[in-house]
Amino acid sequence: MSREKVRNKSAKKKATSYFDYNLLFIIIFLIGFGFVMMYSTSSYNAQIKFGDSAYYLKKQMLASGIGIVVMLFVTFMDYHIWRRFAPVAYIGSIILILLVLSPLGMTINGARRWIGIGTSLSFQPAEAAKLGLIVFLAYFIERKSKSIRRVGTYIMLLMFTGIIAGMIYVITDNLSSAIIVAGIGFVMLFVASPKYSHFIVTGVIAIAGFVLLMLFEGIVKGSFRFDRIVVWLNPEKYPQEGGFQVLQALYAIGSGGILGKGLGNGIQKLGFVPEAQNDMIFTIICEELGLIGAIAVIGMFVFMIWRFMIIANNAPDLFGSMLVVGVLAHIAIQVVLNIAVVTNTIPNTGVTLPFISYGGTSVVFLMMEMGMVLSVSRRIRYEE
Amino acid sequence: MLNVKTFSRKKIVIFTVAIALFSFALSIRLAYIMIFQSEYYGKKADDLHERERYVKAARGEITDRNGVVIAANKTVCTVSVIHSQIKDADRVTEVLTKELGVPEEKVRKLVNKVSVREKIKSNVPKETGDIIRGYNLEGVKVDEDYKRYYPYNEMASKVLGFTGADNQGIVGLEVEYEKYLKGKDGLILAVTDARGIELENVAEKRVESVQGLTLKTGLDVNIQMYAQQAAMKVLEAKSANYVSIIVMNPQNGEIMAMANVPEYNLNTPFELEGVYSESENVENKQDLLNKMWRNQCINDTYEPGSTFKIVTATAGLETGAVSIDSNFSCPGFRIVEDRRIRCHKTTGHGAETFLDATKNSCNPVFIDVGLRVGVDDFYKYLGKLGILSKTGVDLPGEASTIIHKKENVGLVELATMSFGQSFQITPLQLLRAVSAVINGGTLITPHFGVEAVDKDGNTVKVFEYEKIDNAIENDTCEKMKYMLEQVVANGGGKNGIVEGYRVGGKTATSQKLPRNSGRYISSFIGFAPADNPQIIAICIIDEPEGVYYGGTIAAPVIRELYENVLPYLGIEKDNLNIEKDNTESD
Repeated sequence: MSREKVRNKSAKKKATSYFDYNLLFIIIFLIGFGFVMMYSTSSYNAQIKFGDSAYYLKKQMLASGIGIVVMLFVTFMDYHIWRRFAPVAYIGSIILILLVLSPLGMTINGARRWIGIGTSLSFQPAEAAKLGLIVFLAYFIERKSKSIRRVGTYIMLLMFTGIIAGMIYVITDNLSSAIIVAGIGFVMLFVASPKYSHFIVTGVIAIAGFVLLMLFEGIVKGSFRFDRIVVWLNPEKYPQEGGFQVLQALYAIGSGGILGKGLGNGIQKLGFVPEAQNDMIFTIICEELGLIGAIAVIGMFVFMIWRFMIIANNAPDLFGSMLVVGVLAHIAIQVVLNIAVVTNTIPNTGVTLPFISYGGTSVVFLMMEMGMVLSVSRRIRYEE
Repeated sequence: MLNVKTFSRKKIVIFTVAIALFSFALSIRLAYIMIFQSEYYGKKADDLHERERYVKAARGEITDRNGVVIAANKTVCTVSVIHSQIKDADRVTEVLTKELGVPEEKVRKLVNKVSVREKIKSNVPKETGDIIRGYNLEGVKVDEDYKRYYPYNEMASKVLGFTGADNQGIVGLEVEYEKYLKGKDGLILAVTDARGIELENVAEKRVESVQGLTLKTGLDVNIQMYAQQAAMKVLEAKSANYVSIIVMNPQNGEIMAMANVPEYNLNTPFELEGVYSESENVENKQDLLNKMWRNQCINDTYEPGSTFKIVTATAGLETGAVSIDSNFSCPGFRIVEDRRIRCHKTTGHGAETFLDATKNSCNPVFIDVGLRVGVDDFYKYLGKLGILSKTGVDLPGEASTIIHKKENVGLVELATMSFGQSFQITPLQLLRAVSAVINGGTLITPHFGVEAVDKDGNTVKVFEYEKIDNAIENDTCEKMKYMLEQVVANGGGKNGIVEGYRVGGKTATSQKLPRNSGRYISSFIGFAPADNPQIIAICIIDEPEGVYYGGTIAAPVIRELYENVLPYLGIEKDNLNIEKDNTESD
């Protein structure tokens, strides 16, 4: 572990400027690896659907290009500037989510989660809201750091999180993004507050609430989400109700074996795993690169999260630290949920694998978050 | 600036460690799926991806004794459509309708059917298949396949049988030897995408097909052709129902020819031919087809009549009830119990020896012989000569003997059975019994199949058939051969004389039931050379018109056959010194 303890109080400003090249390397690696897997999983279907095997790859590369520019820009910006934008970011997120209801809202693949003009210029407010919430909570926690022990402050923070999560769930009917947003908020609060009792209570309430919500969905609305739990328990019995997708994922993972079929040699991406370049891309990684490759990818993410931890722990101030914690929570939750879903460890819910799954909005905002983290890392000072 | 508090650092570490643990747990879960369940899911995935395509094995050929192929294979095509790959359904429908001659409606229905693969037509000639391939239509598959082909068309049709749509034997040797002829279908496991399109550049697993074994039979194409021509000639001359000829090696039971005219064309077995095609009734087409495919030598029984006297004579000589020079008297009839059984020569043959009676085919004498032998011994010899059981020939559907139960046989029954009436057997059963009488007493199993040979010419299996030695005494055999040679040389079978050869035989003219209907079966059974028989043949003419005596119309058929076949088989001519006289008899 890092021993670079930062002491900003130190009178001697004999500090060396720091930059987390490890993290930068991992980001570049994951994006590059993402391109390779993107082409591998999507080329066959892209050729059939669009007559261009690189269709998805090109779009992803364009979004990543924009993302890298954004990242570099944000990296060299003083992250404290985000303090000023924090309330705007929060209110902006709410407005963006509400825009889904407006004529700007778009329905893609049967879900009304996008806003934009045409499919080429579309945007998922939920992705923006994740970043908005991270910035806002970091700002608010720093401001209220003295009264953070107070229940009132704690509840207020919970509400800020709950409003965004609730809106994403209700308006865009996107449970997984709501869970991620709630998770990010929860983790940031957990880190900011010295107490444990709050979290145990909150955790119990959250789980109870979640179960009640599911029961409500299942019994009152007969929603597809309740079906998912039944399917999760026995995918082979309910192929029509969604077990098909889960099974295809398991076939892909299982058929990979230890060493995999080799890059590009997967069969499950040829229409068996639906939209293999999206949420299910990890299954193709398993099929083609085997257990070794899959664990290597998980290892990369764990390494990335470890770097976040180092940066968060050594950040010069609470705002910077909380920003990084938010990003850490975001990446960690998505990775764990994604892999848990594709291995049928938890019921199916659409979570993308950061940097690797297809999705322009997601990449741009992720890169922005990376920029913030790198920007925080640049402010780390350590003595000789 | 506010510093990050210690508890926050601790909590960040706690969360990070928690995530690391989650990741580790998921890695374990992955390892479980990818190592322990890998085989299960991998198999399921393969099943999903792999489309099985069977590669039909070429059916084994059937050859005659000289290796001449009499049942072969030719390449045909199966045309099918793959719905998901069709781009221009109208064009596909149009082309297939035009080239295959299938109604447009049917093609359109199949083309538009949402299924993986739909067969439009099979057994399409290769040329047509090539033309369809030439259109390069997407979604249309032309697969090559084998179809049975019989180069000699109707030759030995009722023996060979034919195959069905899936190249499976349906009747005859084709079904009897299905196991050997069938071969083993090959399998191609092609990997497909989710739409069912086969992937290129992916190694497909192949299990090569194994061609069926060649069945070598004892048939001889030339003898079969002679037999068929001879049968056809008499069929036409006498406007008979059918004419059957069997030619066999009496020493080992190998059947060299079995003709049942009219035969049918094996390449179009489902088309009614000849007399059968005259019926307009479509409903009983299957019945008519079954009739057309019937092998009268094996599937039908008849009253053998006078040819059966060979069996009675054998029993008489064996039991000592009679000897060649025993004296008898024929007044033209014999009264048994309350029945007056007439001889065919109503004026009677007068005093005659047993040899004369045989030459004359004298019913009263054979009644006497039969009665002297008695029911028990008579049935004993019926059994020894295989009359009571099936021959065991390697063709399906052999008919059983229709005969009185031994305990129900009274004197009248015994008397009529003695000259071949009041029971029914197949021609092949009679031929087998007579073979035993002339070959030294061995009851052979008539058969076609000799051996199964693989495609490299290695014998895989030699078929063995049951042989019962010493069914009768050799001495009896010698006497019988002498008497039967006399029948041909000086008796009722003299139309069976083949110049330069010693021929033995017996004629018969059986009334068909009901009696006095004026319908007859004329037959002749003959073998050569009489002293050392190498060949035995029977000719049966069903319902001849005009002259119906076996000695007059059936014996010449065998004579003609032998005139060709004996030299063909390389049987040398004898220096004949057989005493001849001019006794008239049937």
